[in-house]
Amino acid sequence: MQEHIVIIGNGISGVTTARHIRKLSDKKITIVSAETEYFFSRTALMYIYMGHMKFEHTQPYENWFWDKNRIDLKKGYVKSIDTNSKTLHFVKGDSLKYDKLIIATGSKPNKFGWPGQDLEGVMGMYHKQDLDNLEKHTPNNKVCKRAVIVGGGLIGIELAEMLNSRNIPVTFLVREDSFWNGVLPEGESQMINKHIKNHHIDLRLSTNLKEIKSDDNGNVKSIIIEETGEEIPCNVVGLTAGVSPNIDFIKDSEIEIGRGVKVNRYLETNIPDVYAIGDCAEQHEPIGNRRPIEAVWYTGRMMGETLAQTICGNKTQYKPGHWFNSAKFLDIEYQTYGWVFAKPRENEAHFHWKHHKENICITVSYRKDTNMFLGINTFGIRMRHEIFDKWLTENRDMNYVMSYLKDANFDPEFYKAYENEILTQYNNTFNTNLAPRKKSWKRIFSKA
Amino acid sequence: MNAIKHIGLVIFLIGLAIFSALPVLGTFHLNEASFNNIIKEKNIKSDVFINDIKSNIVGQDFKGMQAISPKISKALDNANETHIKNKEWNKKIYTKSSDMAALIGKKSANGFIATNKGLMWLLTFGLGIIGALMFILPNVILLGKKGIKNDGIYHESSTNRGWIGWMVFIFLVSFYLVLYFASEYATNWTLLVDPISEALSGNPAGHWFVYGFMYCVVMTVMAVRMYIKYRHNIYQVFRTTSVLFFQIVFAFIIPEIMVRLQMPYYDFKNAFPLDYDFFFQWNLKDLINNGGIGIFIMVWGIVLTLVIVPIMVYFFGKRWYCSWVCGCGGLAETLGDPYRQHSDKSLFAWKVERYLIHTVLLFVLTMTAMTLYSFFSETGTVLGIKTSTVQNIYSLVIGSIFAGVIGTGFYPIFGNRVWCRFGCPLAAYLGFVQRFKSRFRITTNGGQCISCGNCSTYCEQGIDVRAYAQKGENIVRSSCVGCGVCSAVCPRGVLKLENGPEIGRINPTEILLGNDVDLMDLVNKN
Ligand SMILES: Cc1cc2nc3c(=O)[nH]c(=O)nc-3n(C[C@H](O)[C@H](O)[C@H](O)COP(=O)(O)OP(=O)(O)OC[C@H]3O[C@@H](n4cnc5c(N)ncnc54)[C@H](O)[C@@H]3O)c2cc1C
Ligand code: SF4
Ligand code: SF4
Repeated sequence: MQEHIVIIGNGISGVTTARHIRKLSDKKITIVSAETEYFFSRTALMYIYMGHMKFEHTQPYENWFWDKNRIDLKKGYVKSIDTNSKTLHFVKGDSLKYDKLIIATGSKPNKFGWPGQDLEGVMGMYHKQDLDNLEKHTPNNKVCKRAVIVGGGLIGIELAEMLNSRNIPVTFLVREDSFWNGVLPEGESQMINKHIKNHHIDLRLSTNLKEIKSDDNGNVKSIIIEETGEEIPCNVVGLTAGVSPNIDFIKDSEIEIGRGVKVNRYLETNIPDVYAIGDCAEQHEPIGNRRPIEAVWYTGRMMGETLAQTICGNKTQYKPGHWFNSAKFLDIEYQTYGWVFAKPRENEAHFHWKHHKENICITVSYRKDTNMFLGINTFGIRMRHEIFDKWLTENRDMNYVMSYLKDANFDPEFYKAYENEILTQYNNTFNTNLAPRKKSWKRIFSKA
Repeated sequence: MNAIKHIGLVIFLIGLAIFSALPVLGTFHLNEASFNNIIKEKNIKSDVFINDIKSNIVGQDFKGMQAISPKISKALDNANETHIKNKEWNKKIYTKSSDMAALIGKKSANGFIATNKGLMWLLTFGLGIIGALMFILPNVILLGKKGIKNDGIYHESSTNRGWIGWMVFIFLVSFYLVLYFASEYATNWTLLVDPISEALSGNPAGHWFVYGFMYCVVMTVMAVRMYIKYRHNIYQVFRTTSVLFFQIVFAFIIPEIMVRLQMPYYDFKNAFPLDYDFFFQWNLKDLINNGGIGIFIMVWGIVLTLVIVPIMVYFFGKRWYCSWVCGCGGLAETLGDPYRQHSDKSLFAWKVERYLIHTVLLFVLTMTAMTLYSFFSETGTVLGIKTSTVQNIYSLVIGSIFAGVIGTGFYPIFGNRVWCRFGCPLAAYLGFVQRFKSRFRITTNGGQCISCGNCSTYCEQGIDVRAYAQKGENIVRSSCVGCGVCSAVCPRGVLKLENGPEIGRINPTEILLGNDVDLMDLVNKN
């Protein structure tokens, strides 16, 4: 009998593990999920609502893929895990035995105990079911006269964009005094504030939700704002105040949990043959500047790739490389490489350049003493991942990065380039006299 | 703003309705003198046919082409039947009945349409253009800030294969059927553009002139839509301008002017084997008979296909032809843009694509080999097969039905590049070069892809771009026409069309950038 690997969760992390285990071995693989029959990209949920895509387009693999690769799919919600008998118990009463178990159950939207948070018309934006629910409650601006979004993160702004695309008036409550300023430096955060308002979204900064009021039928009627007591009539409330690991069903098992399922660098839990990856895994010790729980797409994928090696006999540590990420704020694309903190840490400083008119800017973070390049945020300019990864590995300093910035540009052809302008400002700020270097394919392709 | 759009739509639909009704309207009256001219011009020796037309058509009034056309084809069939029976081969008429009807129709059209060409042009083309622009221009404001504008594409009946999509499909297919197989019904359309044709080439318009003119008009109007929709993306603006220029100047104006100057009609950008009849006997003879310019065209045509095309593909990818120059591509990228998402992305469709397009390439090469053999050895058959039969089959099945009726007619159902993807032999040839010897690739930006699928959805060539991007692999595919839309719609800035050194162009990576280096080495090794 082949070893039976059971994966709970058919998201990016679970599916990546399965694919790589299949590449490396002949083990029996079963993926369990309660959400959808086939893997889809959660990141694309917004585009379905906005009419850019249909649900089928969010599925990266055709439906025959799973059979062909002998990956069994089981639909069902796991109620509990018995690690002694190595058995999963499902809500419907059936069970499944495993030899090795991988927990990849992702996240769920946070709810902070607001009065009325379980009314009809209150929803998160995480699962396929949330999308269906949204479609039901906000098909258009006749049914939904106003929606209130609570929580100014990446999912919050996506939800605002979604509703905006159907001309549904949106009030956007953000606890912070500027959008996402726990992550973004001030100049950038303010640019996004303005951009949100330009899209006629009613952005309320430094504003908290007090309660959600219901009408006689248990539907949302309005919300009350904590600070002012103002009542805002609305039909839908979107709760997007962050996510947390989706692990309630594990609480009664012997698997150690904190906020997430606790894992070591090999992604092993305290119980032999049980692993956790993706959004639901929590590192005992943070890796570098990374957070112990990283709820992003690519880390889930990387954990999956790593764990597949371990499961197939090649024990491998999870060692993510330099931090990077990307997002889009309505029309503005954002990329980041290395670390740029909202407020420079000790011995760090920022160099900021912004286009005088367009929503284009960069913030570069560096060490004050050695001038070493630490990271870059870019808005409205695409940059080459490989180049920054290399520069970070090579510990390049600011002068180098600024002179060779053309190597890193990744905008489509014929786009206006801003490297010269950026360098001029840099020269003026730091009293340097650097000359811009021409883009060189040779440098771009040379390995670090 | 929305009111302007709606009024525009109504005006456009009125123009379209009049245009669509024209084939069955109008009056025709053939007089003796005109008919005698036709007899002379066409060198008609069939007394049966001449008498038949004289007694049944000349001097009478007909309402609509549907009244006169059947009579002409009956006369023609009768005459040919008689001559065949009597073995009077010199009297047999080889002109197709629809061409004969078109010719007679053109010479005999007399009523309101024929006498008010300018007004009729305004009521059809004029209203169409004004209405369409009124529908499109408000988008500058309505679409809001510049950025990706795909909201609602899968909610709208027109772009989601709803009833409007099917209506467009029926209209386009019918239009192509008239054009290719019942051109006599295009007679009234030719009248509208006679003044333009006469200004350019000095001749009255035929149905192909109508088509060429309409092609330019549709592309121009829809290019305005492209400019507005993709105004944040300079690559799209550049490429739209380029195709528009090549269509209007190279495909439309230059050939007409060449005719005026007594030169052969030739589109300098139309490369063999897309231009499948370039080596046909009649064309070669025509070119040779035209002296200097003819020889120049012959050499140019050969050099274009054998030297210029591959060298340009080496440096820029096949996009330089397919989405910067080609007329088929030009229509696909303007009129067809709203339908690009309908291309089939399945692995199965990719298989069909490879079989089909390479079969067409083989077909055209075989046919051309036969043609050239026949031409030089001055025989009509090769290995017992008539060259002209093969040519006719190709012209009908590939040149008309595949490229026209299916290629464009099916836009709203199968997407805008059906011909370019499944049929075009030139695309197949360019594809080989692009795949195996080119500097072009779409670079994937390390590990930034979030597998959202926008790129694949909007790839008109049905390439599953995401399948590559999510593995950190560059996209090097023979079918990619470099439209750049995958790169435009990607919300994470993952894709970049670029020309660079050949080494490292194809980078099969299974573990993406961002991972620990040891792991990448480990996995990518095997
Ligand atoms: C709207 C939205 C936009 C996002 N955009 C981005 C982005 O742009 N970039 C980015 O990096 N990240 C983005 N993310 C985050 C990213 O999607 C997640 O980090 C990623 O999907 C996590 O993958 P996962 O495999 O860990 O878990 P998930 O994708 O959450 O998959 C877990 C699966 O397990 C199932 N499951 C859970 N519990 C059980 C159980 N007990 N029994 C059976 N099945 C169970 C769940 O139903 C789910 O199907 C976005 C998330 C959302 C919601
Ligand atoms: S891969 Fe991209 S550039 Fe190539 S045809 Fe498809 S969408 Fe256009
Ligand atoms: S559009 Fe961009 S992020 Fe989305 S799947 Fe394609 S390459 Fe990846």
